[in-house]
Amino acid sequence: MTAETTSPRQNAPATRPVLAATGLFKSYGRVDALRGTDFELYPGEILAVIGDNGAGKSTLIRCLSGAETPDAGTITLDGRPVHFRDVQQAKQAGIETVYQTLAVSPALDIATNFYLGREVRKKGPLGSVFRMLDTTAMRRMAREQVTKLGIETLQDITQAVETLSGGQRQAVAVARAAAFGSKLIIMDEPTAALGVRESGQVDSLIRRLKDEGIPIILISHDMPSVFALADRIHIQRLGRRAAVITPQTHTMEQAVAIMTGAATA
Amino acid sequence: MTEGAVTTTAGTPPEEAGPPARRRANPFQAMLHAHPSLSPLAVLVVAAVVFDLINNRMFSPGNLSIMLQQVAVIGLLALGQTIIILTAGIDLSVGAIMIFGQMVMAGLAINSGMPVVPALILGTLVAVLAGGINGVLATRFNVPPFIATLGTLGVFTAAGLKYANGQTLTPVPGSLLLWTGTVIRLGSFNITVGVVLTIALYIIIGYCLGRTAWGKHVYAVGDDPEAARLVGIRSSRTLLSVYLVAGLIYAVAAWVQIGRTGDASTDISSTLNLDSITAVVIGGVSLFGGRGVVLGTLFGALIVQVFQTGISLAGVQELYQELAEGLLVIAAVILDQWIRRVRR
Repeated sequence: MTAETTSPRQNAPATRPVLAATGLFKSYGRVDALRGTDFELYPGEILAVIGDNGAGKSTLIRCLSGAETPDAGTITLDGRPVHFRDVQQAKQAGIETVYQTLAVSPALDIATNFYLGREVRKKGPLGSVFRMLDTTAMRRMAREQVTKLGIETLQDITQAVETLSGGQRQAVAVARAAAFGSKLIIMDEPTAALGVRESGQVDSLIRRLKDEGIPIILISHDMPSVFALADRIHIQRLGRRAAVITPQTHTMEQAVAIMTGAATA
Repeated sequence: MTEGAVTTTAGTPPEEAGPPARRRANPFQAMLHAHPSLSPLAVLVVAAVVFDLINNRMFSPGNLSIMLQQVAVIGLLALGQTIIILTAGIDLSVGAIMIFGQMVMAGLAINSGMPVVPALILGTLVAVLAGGINGVLATRFNVPPFIATLGTLGVFTAAGLKYANGQTLTPVPGSLLLWTGTVIRLGSFNITVGVVLTIALYIIIGYCLGRTAWGKHVYAVGDDPEAARLVGIRSSRTLLSVYLVAGLIYAVAAWVQIGRTGDASTDISSTLNLDSITAVVIGGVSLFGGRGVVLGTLFGALIVQVFQTGISLAGVQELYQELAEGLLVIAAVILDQWIRRVRR
C-alpha cells in the first residue's frame, strides 16, 4: 500500500507563511526529539499536526510557542527570524497557545484567568501608584470576547473556573487565546479530555476562529476531527516532517500509514 | 465574590442545565466555597457567645482591650504565614524569625548603644533577610518549604540565642521602639499603636492580594504552579517576594512584641510557630494553596485568642485550650477538604 507522494510545496498556498521553521533540532539528553523538522503555517488556515507518540509533535509545538528553545534551526514569524526565550516573548509576538493542561488557575474566576499574567491596571494614580487592577474593564472585555465567540455556556464571568465543566474550561482557554492571539493560535489536543458533545462544541469554536481569519495550529489524535477541520495536515515522524497532505488528497488510512511509517509520502 | 445569578439563555440545550444544577445541589457548600471567611466567622461568633455566657466579664471593654493587644503579635505572624500558605508553602520558622528580629532591634539599642532608628531598621532588615533565605531555599534550591523552614527554625532560633547570649534584653530605650505599646483611648477601650499597625497591615495585604496583579499571581502560583508558568508568571520571583514580605511582617510583629512587653526575650512562647499555622488553618486558608483570604486569618487568630482568654476566665485547666485548638484545626482541614470538592 502506498500513499500518493506529495511534497509540502505542492499543497502550500502561494503567500508567505505566517510562521515557519527550518531545520529544527532539539535533544533531551540522548533522546533526539527533533531531527531537522521544517514547518510552515499560512495565513487563515487550520494546519493540523499529527504523529505517533515520540514523533516530536509536542517538542515542535513547545519550540514554536516559546516554551522550549531549539538547539538548532530557525523560526520566522511574518518572515522575520524570532528567538523566543520563554512563553512570554512568544505571547508578546502574538502567538497564543491552548495547552492540553489548559493552563488555567482553578480557584480564580474566568475574567481573572483571562488576564492572568497581563493584568490591566486602573488609569491614573490608582493604577500607577497603588497598582490597582481595573477589574471592571477586565470583566467587561472578557465578557465581550466570550459573547463574540458565541460561548453561551459561560454566563457568569466571575465564576471560579473550578466550578466549570471540562468543556467550559476548554472554552475559557480557547477564548483567552483568541482574545490575545493576534498572529496565530496553537491548540494542543483541545478535545483529548472531553466527551463527544463537548468536543463538537470545541470544534465549532475552532471553525469560528478560522472564520475570523486567524491561522490555527491544531495538534490532535482525533483523526475524524482533524480531517473535518484542517486545511492541511503536517505529519510528524521520527523527529522530522514526513509529509504535508490535505484531507482532499489523502484518506485517514493513508495518513495513518505515513504516520506509522507503513507508507512513505 | 459575586453571587452567581445564572440567567438561562433560551438557546441553551437542555443538557447544559444538567451539570450546573448538580453543582448547585448543595448551596451551603457552594457558599462556603465562594466565601472562605464565613466558617471561621461562624466559629468565632459561637465561641464568643458561649464564653460570654460562661463568664460575662469576657467582653468587658477592659478585657476586650487586653485581648486585642494580645492578639496583635500572633495575628501579624499569622498574616505572614497566610501569604506563604497561599502559595502552598508553610513557614515553621515564623516565631524564630520574629524573636531573632526583636533581639537584634533591642540588642543594637541596648548593648551596642545604637540610636533606636537604625536599630529598628537593621532589625527589620534581619527579619526580611531571614524570610529571603527561606524563599531562596524554596525557589533556587528547590527545598520543600516544610523542610527549608524546619531547618531555618533551628538556625534562626540559635542565632537569636547567640546574639543575646540567651539573656533577656531590658530595659529597651527610646520612645520609638516602645511606640507600638502606646495606648490610644477610644471611649472605654484601650487599644495600642500595635493593634492599629496590625489592622493596617491586614488591610494593606488584603488589598494587595485582592486588587493587584501580584496578589492574583500569588493565588495562581499556589493553585497550579505549572499553569501559572505557562501563562507567563515568573513563579520563583513571586514566591521569593512572598517570603520577603512575610519577613517584613514578622519584623513588625517583633516591634509590636517589644512595645507590649518593654523587653526582648528569647523565651517567649515557643508555640508561636504552630499558633500562627493554627490561626491560618482555622481561618479557612487551604494548606494546599491558592484559596483563602486574610479576613479569615484574622478571624482565626481571634478564635485562638478567644479560646485562650475564655478558657482561662472559665477557670478550666489550660490543657483544654490545647485540646480545643487541636480539634478546631482538624475540623477546619476536614471542612476545607469538603469545600474543595466543589471543584469538578
